[in-house]
Amino acid sequence: MENNLITEDKQKNKLEKAFEILKTMASKPSGLIGLTIVLFHVVLALTSPYIAPYDYKAISPNTMLLAPSAEHWFGTDSLGRDVFTRTILGGRTALTVTFFGSLIALLWGGLLGIFCGLVGGKIDDVVMRVVDAFLSIPWILAMLLIVSLLGTSTEVLIPALGFFYGKGIVRVARAATHDVIAKDFIVSARARGHSNMSIIWNEIIPNVRDAILVEGAMRWSWMLLGFSSLSFLGFGVSPPTPDWGLMISNARGLMSFAYWSVIAPIVGLSSLIIGINLTADAFAKALGIDRSTKAPV
Amino acid sequence: MNEIIESVKNLSIGFNSQKGKQISILRNVSTNIKKGETVGIVGESGSGKSTLALAMMGYIKQGLFPLKGECLFKSEDLLKMSSRQLEKIRGRKIAMIPQNAGQALTPNLKIGYQIDEALRLHTDLNKTERDKKISELLNKVRLPSPETMAFRYPHELSGGQQQRVAVAMALAGKPDLLLLDEPTTGLDVTTQAHVLELLRFIAKDTGTSMIYVSHDLGAIAQVSDRIVVMYAGEIVLEGPARKILKEPIHPYTYGLLKSIPKLSLAGLPASMPGSQPQPGSINEGCSFYDRCNLATNHCKKNSPDLEHIKELDTNVRCFNHKELINQNNNLQTSITKKLNNSEAIEVLKLKDVSISYAKQKFFDQLLNKISDQNPTVKDINIDIKKGETIALVGESGSGKSTILKSIAGLLKTKDGQIKFENDRILSSDLKMRNPNDLRAIQLIFQNPDESLNPNHTVEQILSQPLKLYFNLSGEELKKNIIDLLKKVRLGEFYMSRYPRQLSGGEKQRVAVARAFAAKPDIILCDEVTSALDVSVQAAVLNLLQQLKEDLGTTYVFVSHDLAVVRAISDRVAVLYQGRLCEIGPSQNVYKFPSHPYTEVLLGAVLEPDPDIKPKLVAEDIVEEKPPEKGCSFQGRCPRKIGDICNSEVPPWQIGENGNAIRCHINIEELASLQQ
Repeated sequence: MENNLITEDKQKNKLEKAFEILKTMASKPSGLIGLTIVLFHVVLALTSPYIAPYDYKAISPNTMLLAPSAEHWFGTDSLGRDVFTRTILGGRTALTVTFFGSLIALLWGGLLGIFCGLVGGKIDDVVMRVVDAFLSIPWILAMLLIVSLLGTSTEVLIPALGFFYGKGIVRVARAATHDVIAKDFIVSARARGHSNMSIIWNEIIPNVRDAILVEGAMRWSWMLLGFSSLSFLGFGVSPPTPDWGLMISNARGLMSFAYWSVIAPIVGLSSLIIGINLTADAFAKALGIDRSTKAPV
Repeated sequence: MNEIIESVKNLSIGFNSQKGKQISILRNVSTNIKKGETVGIVGESGSGKSTLALAMMGYIKQGLFPLKGECLFKSEDLLKMSSRQLEKIRGRKIAMIPQNAGQALTPNLKIGYQIDEALRLHTDLNKTERDKKISELLNKVRLPSPETMAFRYPHELSGGQQQRVAVAMALAGKPDLLLLDEPTTGLDVTTQAHVLELLRFIAKDTGTSMIYVSHDLGAIAQVSDRIVVMYAGEIVLEGPARKILKEPIHPYTYGLLKSIPKLSLAGLPASMPGSQPQPGSINEGCSFYDRCNLATNHCKKNSPDLEHIKELDTNVRCFNHKELINQNNNLQTSITKKLNNSEAIEVLKLKDVSISYAKQKFFDQLLNKISDQNPTVKDINIDIKKGETIALVGESGSGKSTILKSIAGLLKTKDGQIKFENDRILSSDLKMRNPNDLRAIQLIFQNPDESLNPNHTVEQILSQPLKLYFNLSGEELKKNIIDLLKKVRLGEFYMSRYPRQLSGGEKQRVAVARAFAAKPDIILCDEVTSALDVSVQAAVLNLLQQLKEDLGTTYVFVSHDLAVVRAISDRVAVLYQGRLCEIGPSQNVYKFPSHPYTEVLLGAVLEPDPDIKPKLVAEDIVEEKPPEKGCSFQGRCPRKIGDICNSEVPPWQIGENGNAIRCHINIEELASLQQ
């Protein structure tokens, strides 16, 4: 009789579980839209060098500021470059830099947060005050300083962005750890005499992983906006590499009569951010960390 | 008296599963509540008792919906009413008293204001009349000094007082029907008895009908006129309280009553096999078929209807209920424990142990000492023999769990020593203990939901101690895990399951298996059965006893439940405010003469028997701190003799039964007083 107690919940391997989560995410319209947008951008970033109709850096005075037409779908910019080509190529750097940046943020922020949450006491106090001190520095000023000292190469941008966006993850990871370490299974592991490393690895990480991943996904969209802001200010991608932030910055002066050259990159950037946000929300819901649930009344 | 005020007709409530199947958690429930009557709805968790009770005030939890049937309150269907109409009935005609009043009261509003709010909503009184009414209500629920009480905040009250305020608020609208959802479950034994007594008084005084929902047959027995027993979403037995408790004619109720440990019985209660079926898993036949020892092939295929038996005034859902009528004299039996052949080797000694939660002052921190004159736990001396089960009993705040934690090394002691095997002193710092000592002392926790990592399979959970202490791996590890599962009567297929896929009892078995994986000498059990259903509790107690008899383990068993302690323990230590009051062999502690505190505790135990009423000998005041001088129980003692109790710590006196009592009253005098 005890055999048939569990009827629905069969054992699944990791791949099936991931697929299950994706399926749950796609079962709601918002999740489906988010996933589609993100997937579209990723595919576009991978294939755009092969499908771009023009050369992104080909300057031509003959085709300056042309309105959208059959030849130039999104028109041309002030240097006569095809806006469609530059728009589909413009997400590549941003996506790569922020993806690896978020990974770094997740790793250092997550691990430091878990560690602080577990050990507590003075170490926790000191580390958290340092993190708070960094949180109080306007990140964009600090980024400008770093970039002007070390240059704007991706080797600088990825760790720098990763560092600044990881601070918030430290807090989330620490709070999630606090929730978990009050539970008796941690007390039980401690009483058995497991080491801190073993407790972190075996008992805490499986229970805070979801919360940290969701936070990381949210940070990714913020970082994307941050990176584009840097480009907009001229400290991100250097010309002539196409980049949304840079394109918006270059075209904004001409907005009143050549709106197309500024609208296309804006649509590209904002759709990706919205897509990531929707996906992160659906991801959180699928994992059961619903940030918008109200208390049952 | 016979006017029916609420009647539930063929009510089914259900939800849609993820696969789109309709699953009902209440099935065809019909019952009537008469005016002035108290009906107890009893059942284990998941039996649908709360869903039924909430439906009776027209409330259906999110995600659930009524499938069919109606809830008629004064011949109007609550389930069809608009929220506007329900507003007029709730609070005014039907009021509810929640389980946890501490959470139901708004923390930043004064008590008086919150009651006033209820009065403003539900009555037409003006300000002065309301003020008068507030102190009247506070008086009625027997709160001390109602005038000042109204100006207090909820957090300034004890749990029992908060519950009384909730009762006062519910009474504000002069309801015809009071709904009580486990109103005493979170309270201490003595407080629980007092609140129940108050509820009984109010029912009689105001003529209000009550629906009392609880898993605790002891509490139900004290208040109910009629009892409804629920199982797997159905009513299986319904009738007058006395008949149900004394001569249950449904096998589930019979088993439930047998599985409750009783003060009058020394042995372990009989357990029921298996657990309640999950909603949606019953397709045909009787829902109790799997666990019933009267079941026949007929029961497997056909589900019985609720049958009315005129001579007993009872409704029963069983084909074979007649067979039970003759068995009922067996209710007062239990399984006798094998006596432990005490080898008299002391395996663990607590010597003058004191534990303090006080924050260290700066200089003390530098000197690494604790200078608290009035520590939470003080002067505990207990010698624990190999193979015995010693129980630490007391209400919340008695320091019983604190002592357990310091034995496990999770809390540092202030003074005193914990000696393990051959008088070797165990360090009070976990990190200073050697791995073998850590292995020898294992813990089992109260709530298996919290003590098992939800993201680990049973295999991973059990492999933790095996890897840590014995460095096992591969086939050998697997073999050991299967052996452990077998020991706690779980099959091999449980290895790949996650805790959420197990029932409460199964989870606790896994927790027991994990403790035994370390091959420990001592197991510390912290309220291990209090989160479990009664029938499961009996099974876990029996399992623990069996394992102990087979392996010779020593248990230190912490519990607030005197009946459970009576069932499992060989020796009992009674604690109040972190000080020992009484210690002795369990059959003697439960006999007079006892320490006045033991007497109070024993008097407050609720037995599932309408003839045994709790004796309320002491006030249910909650003391926050132990007194600095004198006897720890001086504040509440019903037998206090005078100043000596306040100034001097009472001496230990050994009674002729072998129990040691710490009281200023001469032990013979105490015996004659308590006769």
